[in-house]
Amino acid sequence: MSDKGALLEKLKGIVIDGIIEDSEGATKEALGQGVEPLEIVEKGLVPGIEEAGARFSRGDYFLPELVASAEAMQTAMAVLDPLLRAKQEARKTLGHVLLGTVEGDIHSIGKNIVGALLQAAGFVVTDLGANVAVGTFVAKARELRPNIIGMSALLTTTMVKQQQTIEALAKEGLRSGLKVMVGGAPVTGDWAKKIGADDFAEDAVAAVAVAKRLVGA
Amino acid sequence: MAHQKIVPIELKLQTRLFSPDDLKRFHLAALEIMEEVGVSMPSHKALDILAGAGATVDRQKMVAKLPRSLVEKALKAAPKRYTLGARDPGNSLDLDGKHSYLSTDGCGIETYDLWTGERRLSTKQDIEDSARLADSLPQIAFYWGPMVSAQDVPAKTRPLHELQAAFTGTAKHVQPETIITEEIAKYAVDMAAVVAGGYEELRRRPLLSVMQCAMDPLGQDGGSLEASLVAAEHGLPTGFMPMPMSCATGPATLAGNLVVTTIDALAPLVLMQTAYPGSPFFFAAAPTAIDLRLGSYTGGGPEDYLLAAGFQEICAYYGIPLSMGTMATGAKVPDWQAAVDNVFSTLASVLTTVAMMTGAGMLNGSKIMSFQQIVMDCEIYEIARRFAAGIEVNDETLAVKVIKEVGIGGNYLAHKHTRAHMREIWRPTVVDRSPLQVWEDSGRAGAFEKATEIARRTLKDYQTEPLAPEVQRELDEIIRKAEKTIRD
Ligand code: B12
Repeated sequence: MSDKGALLEKLKGIVIDGIIEDSEGATKEALGQGVEPLEIVEKGLVPGIEEAGARFSRGDYFLPELVASAEAMQTAMAVLDPLLRAKQEARKTLGHVLLGTVEGDIHSIGKNIVGALLQAAGFVVTDLGANVAVGTFVAKARELRPNIIGMSALLTTTMVKQQQTIEALAKEGLRSGLKVMVGGAPVTGDWAKKIGADDFAEDAVAAVAVAKRLVGA
Repeated sequence: MAHQKIVPIELKLQTRLFSPDDLKRFHLAALEIMEEVGVSMPSHKALDILAGAGATVDRQKMVAKLPRSLVEKALKAAPKRYTLGARDPGNSLDLDGKHSYLSTDGCGIETYDLWTGERRLSTKQDIEDSARLADSLPQIAFYWGPMVSAQDVPAKTRPLHELQAAFTGTAKHVQPETIITEEIAKYAVDMAAVVAGGYEELRRRPLLSVMQCAMDPLGQDGGSLEASLVAAEHGLPTGFMPMPMSCATGPATLAGNLVVTTIDALAPLVLMQTAYPGSPFFFAAAPTAIDLRLGSYTGGGPEDYLLAAGFQEICAYYGIPLSMGTMATGAKVPDWQAAVDNVFSTLASVLTTVAMMTGAGMLNGSKIMSFQQIVMDCEIYEIARRFAAGIEVNDETLAVKVIKEVGIGGNYLAHKHTRAHMREIWRPTVVDRSPLQVWEDSGRAGAFEKATEIARRTLKDYQTEPLAPEVQRELDEIIRKAEKTIRD
């Protein structure tokens, strides 16, 4: 195997094993050896995260292992994204998901899991964190033009923020072409319909299926 | 239907998990982390109080580092024993380390309708109804939660509506987990004072206490801290409930989870005892482990039972009463799984002498309320109560004289000794012991059907000692005022 091949193989292994602390170094090492950023993504990181996702689907991996793989990939992407952008190159993905827990709500575990699984399935995920204001969702939607916005709400008192965000997106002319999916413990299909979301999912595995359907993948 | 006095568990049977050395290590680990890393307390009021007492405060991060001396001083100030009052003075709770009390579970979002069986969004009426059922059941010592969210009233005053429904439905002690801003807390105290007959009377006989959720790991919610400061100012007991989920918001190892649990229950004690030394304070907790496949909250499992037992020992080491998340099964209907979860969980709490157990009546990881489950959980409690009482040994109970009298091959059915003691033997309320034929003829009516009947009969016939009309009017008035003053 060439040096390059060995470096890509190493990165793939780092993602599969979720060795977050080695990910940045190995990425920089590959770049230093002249490997193209896009090649690092497509031949190192993506096969790694796909393998982790496959292991999770088969039941060989538990959730913490999958989340570690997603984080190892994210750490590498933080190095590569600016380079890709400078070269105006884009990696092949299923789409871009903007994710967050709504304002007044700090429950984040479910959202994080949804994010990890979406990444493992081939989506790019921008996680805005928890307690995200309606205005922040709107501003980020305008700036990043995602394919999907995913909103999590765990409280009956904060669910209404999902509705308000959808309304605000429409008012700002950002709703068409943008898909919205909602989730969280009290969120149901009826609620999603009522507030004009495109769909909802009860758990993270279903969230991936929903996201794929929404982007026609 | 008659009013019955609450029946606490008198604790005789006990188990132990930790050695004195283990307990010391938990304490030292918590101290080290609170001092070096600190805890997030996003409230300037809280940080002012702690900074004034010698904590190192980072205003940017809203983090307080708590020196060991401050923690130990606070622990000394906290009362080891106190009483939770109730509208009905005969039903107060003695938190003395010798009794265990059960409450309802709380903050669900759906209800299995008692009349149609359908699962639907929860309402204010559900709170009053579940409080009334709780009032009728002697096993339920206090109303925690509220059991469900009143989703048919405006969100901004919802906690106050819920409190009104709870006070209307039960004359027992009420402990909400929804008073999470200073503003709401002031109105809640006003309401409690109206019910108690004045602020001084409320302080003397706190019929309301306030529990908050912690923000694990190593943090609290700012609004909750400020709300609790208001409560403590009026002499109401306060407590904070960490619920680290191993692998997600807590370490995978159970001992590590307990370190996080200890810190997130103890750091607020430091704040409250610094602000109001000697104010009644309790620890609370619901530590658990995620489901490894789904990452979800499980509502049961051996880790939960061990964590409950373990944390009670840590609380006993500090001498502070604990309110432990108990029962609250992950099962979706009242089935075998619900029984397994709730029996193990009750035993873990009872056999380690937990003071307050929260609580009965919820399914799907505290998300769906079931009236039948309340009744059936009370039966689990009754069995545990009998179990915890242990076996008394003396001349009368050894019955040597009686055994000699009856002799070889006789029977004890008609003996005086039997009649004198037979009522000590437990009798079921919903557990089914009917003969097979009778059971088949009844349409196979088991525990669930019996519980349905009891709950329906109670909600039709049972009257809680009513609030005076002028008290109800004043509660309405307070809520109206809150509706006007609180911003959306
Ligand atoms: C852990 C927890 C907490 C932790 C959160 C820690 C964290 N960093 O996230 C802490 C302790 C901080 C907390 C605080 C509170 N909590 Co809480 N909490 C829970 C608990 C036990 C589990 C939630 C969880 O993490 N589940 C595990 C994850 C994996 O499941 P999930 O979140 O449902 O996510 C899955 C799906 O819903 C879906 N999904 C989620 N998001 C999204 C998004 C999209 C786009 C899609 C498609 C799918 C999707 O996929 C996920 C993965 O499978 C629930 C009870 C429960 N059974 O849900 C209560 C619960 C949600 N909390 C509750 C309450 C009341 C509170 C507090 C208000 C308590 C208080 N008095 O302080 C505060 C609120 C603070 C705030 N402002 O947000 C209530 C809500 C009741 C109600 N009426 O709304 C619940 C139901 C418990 C109860 N009965 O009391 N809580």
